[in-house]
Amino acid sequence: MRTNTLARRGVGAMTPVVVVAVLVSAVCVLPLVVIAAAAMDAGPGEAIASLLRPRVGELLRNTTLLVIVTTSACIALGVGGAWLVERTDLPGARWWRIALVAPLAVPAFVNAYAWVSLRPSLTGLGGAALITTLSYTPFVFLPVAALLRGLDNAWEDTARSLGLGPWRTFARIVLPQVRPAILGGGLLVALHLLAEFGVLALIRFPTFTTAILEQYEAAFDTSAGAVLAVALMALTAIVLTGERFARGRRSHARIGAGVKRRVQPAPLRKWRVPTLLALTAYVALSLGVPGYSLVHWLGRDGAPILSTDLVTALASTLGLALAAGLLTTAAALPVAFLLHHHRTPLTETIERVTYLASSLPGVVVALALVTLAIRWIGPLYQTSLLLVIAYAILFIPRAMVSIRAALAHAPSGLMEASRSLGVGPWQTARRVLLPLILPGLLSGFALVFLATCVELTATLLLAPTGTTTLATGFWAASDSLDYAAAAPYALAMILVSAPLTWLIMTREAKDPS
Amino acid sequence: MIRRLAPVALAVAGALTLAACGGASDKAEPELDPTKLTIYSAQHKNLVDAWVKGFEADTGVKVQVRQGKDASMGNQLVAEGDKTPADVFLTENSPAITVVQDAGLLATVDQSTLDQVQEAYRPSSGEWVGIAARSTVLIYNPSKISEAELPASMLDLADPKWKDKWGGAPAGADFQAIVSGMLEAKGEDQTKTWLKGLKDNAKVYQNNIATMKAVNAGEVPMGIMYHYYWYRDQALTKEGSKNTKLHYFKGEDVGAFVSVSGGGVLKASDRAADAQKFLGWITGPKGQETLATSKSMEYAVGQGVASDPALPTLESLQAPKVDPFALDGPAVIRLMTEAGIL
Repeated sequence: MRTNTLARRGVGAMTPVVVVAVLVSAVCVLPLVVIAAAAMDAGPGEAIASLLRPRVGELLRNTTLLVIVTTSACIALGVGGAWLVERTDLPGARWWRIALVAPLAVPAFVNAYAWVSLRPSLTGLGGAALITTLSYTPFVFLPVAALLRGLDNAWEDTARSLGLGPWRTFARIVLPQVRPAILGGGLLVALHLLAEFGVLALIRFPTFTTAILEQYEAAFDTSAGAVLAVALMALTAIVLTGERFARGRRSHARIGAGVKRRVQPAPLRKWRVPTLLALTAYVALSLGVPGYSLVHWLGRDGAPILSTDLVTALASTLGLALAAGLLTTAAALPVAFLLHHHRTPLTETIERVTYLASSLPGVVVALALVTLAIRWIGPLYQTSLLLVIAYAILFIPRAMVSIRAALAHAPSGLMEASRSLGVGPWQTARRVLLPLILPGLLSGFALVFLATCVELTATLLLAPTGTTTLATGFWAASDSLDYAAAAPYALAMILVSAPLTWLIMTREAKDPS
Repeated sequence: MIRRLAPVALAVAGALTLAACGGASDKAEPELDPTKLTIYSAQHKNLVDAWVKGFEADTGVKVQVRQGKDASMGNQLVAEGDKTPADVFLTENSPAITVVQDAGLLATVDQSTLDQVQEAYRPSSGEWVGIAARSTVLIYNPSKISEAELPASMLDLADPKWKDKWGGAPAGADFQAIVSGMLEAKGEDQTKTWLKGLKDNAKVYQNNIATMKAVNAGEVPMGIMYHYYWYRDQALTKEGSKNTKLHYFKGEDVGAFVSVSGGGVLKASDRAADAQKFLGWITGPKGQETLATSKSMEYAVGQGVASDPALPTLESLQAPKVDPFALDGPAVIRLMTEAGIL
């Protein structure tokens, strides 16, 4: 009886949080609904005709090919690199680990600029696959290397002692265990590819995302653009389902974490030199080319490195990133809080909806908000607020992950103790809960802040006229092939991204799980 | 117990949201000053800056400019409707200003302003006026194709013989204006056929400059673009055009199309007199002189004002005669979408 009352009162206290969380997920799912509605504008017959035209087939082929080629290449390189760094006697493994993560600090479209400005003939599937592979391989390398490092190697030792060579041990024992990390990394690569605009526009390889932006540039708000966006959403759903399906139900759990020992590294022997050469070549391509290109273009044609335009763009970017970081953290907090303390079918639906919507490519979210703004909520059109809302929808999972991890590490006993000692709920929150989850809030904020600093696609569509960010300033220059003018923006974005990359690297080193 | 903390989570979230809104509004939004004349401009920034400087010096009227692009700015004005802060709209090509005119948002331009612009470069509607002009050209790389081998008409480029021999930027407003001229002059069927040829034959670049540089680098022998990118590069470093030449189709060919940049006054303007004065100034002798000497290399359209001496005269281009008022931008987008170009 007593517990029932308590529970009921508890639910009562949660109601406003539930309402806010539902609101947040409703905003997140809005783009889906708006785009679907806009696609049906001219009637279902017209929409289907528009979907079945040859151009869509061409875009589908390009997009699918790119996803298959680049994801496979990233998995091969990322897993190979992780194994070399974590499981072999590779000289200087520590440095290679850093070198293999470092490309994260160079936004993919900056990498494309670096290549295209040096080799203008780089185009088509080959060029697109090359550049996206170089930029996205860390997405696979990071989780796989982290998992390998934390993996109990008893099974590997057993396999080795039973006479299996290092290669076969890797294929039959290690690979199945790191499968979740490979799939997770591969999923991230595929989602990024579906959303990629900058690289593919510079390389001139049309996919759904570039075609949607062209439709927007030319005709603004058309049902043809919305139909393309629907097709892109469908592809995103297929990729998400595919990953779920591939992950399967196979389990490699064991009781206890086992004892971590220094793994007996597989000797590379005669492969040592070729391996080192291959890694050097890879790093030269992924880091050397952008580095060389920047040095080559910075200050050429007498263009000043630090101009007022750059400073203005930097200020706008930081302002927007600050706002996006705050709003996204604010939106993620109630949802994370609810998921942690109040799991019901409703809250689980909220979670899924938020994540699904956030897997949508930036161009879809942005196009939906443009449509929404000009058709129904005019006053928001061409405001920074709308842009910040788009950032929040796109980046909310980044904030959620950090906040949920922090909540999970905040023992509720501490707060109960505080309350039982007569401290009020506000005081308890301020003195106990907040200090506990503050690092989580901050790291969520930082992740969103930095993602916003290098966001291009949604910013191109939604930035109010007259507002230039680092990404759009860079884009305006490199799009008209003014490589020297683009270089300072590229440098600024790399400098802004570097701390995040550093954060990720040190976190991985500290906490291998 | 924990649940009692729920309001706190909300309060924190609320505070962050408020901070976010503050951050969004004071950092990123360039405030428009209501005491100034507001220009929405999709024209090249250097040219507009020169105009504004001269106009402010002559009249003492303070001006502020919002920079944008043809399609998105035209549609922004339509979305803002009668609540727009804009007083004047300047475009690169006429289809964008026609969109605003068709929404009934433009006031009639002062007759004195219309009169000072050559008749070919103002629409029959009188709701906007030409402020500058640009010509279609065929850029080619003489080391890849000789002048004698060039096609006689832009329509010929649809012939399979020219597969992969020419490039262009069909996703851009500039190229679409050229096609709208073709649609007006030749009708829908012929335009459709030509667009199909474009789809099969052309190498697609992101804009005019990319097209020019590709021809210059010998990646593709010819390209369709506007003239002024080439003249500007020639006047500066020549880095993007030194291996190329321009060919004018002439003879009222669709490839000799001259696109008119438009200027109009918004009906909703609360500074209509200043707005009309601005339009009058930029199309008048001083404004057109500023254009001619600005090195923007666009054509002056004012009566009796010569363009930059490096350019062949507008009259010598033998452009096809089309009313810029009649150009149908949306139809071009539809045809290009149907042809699988967009």
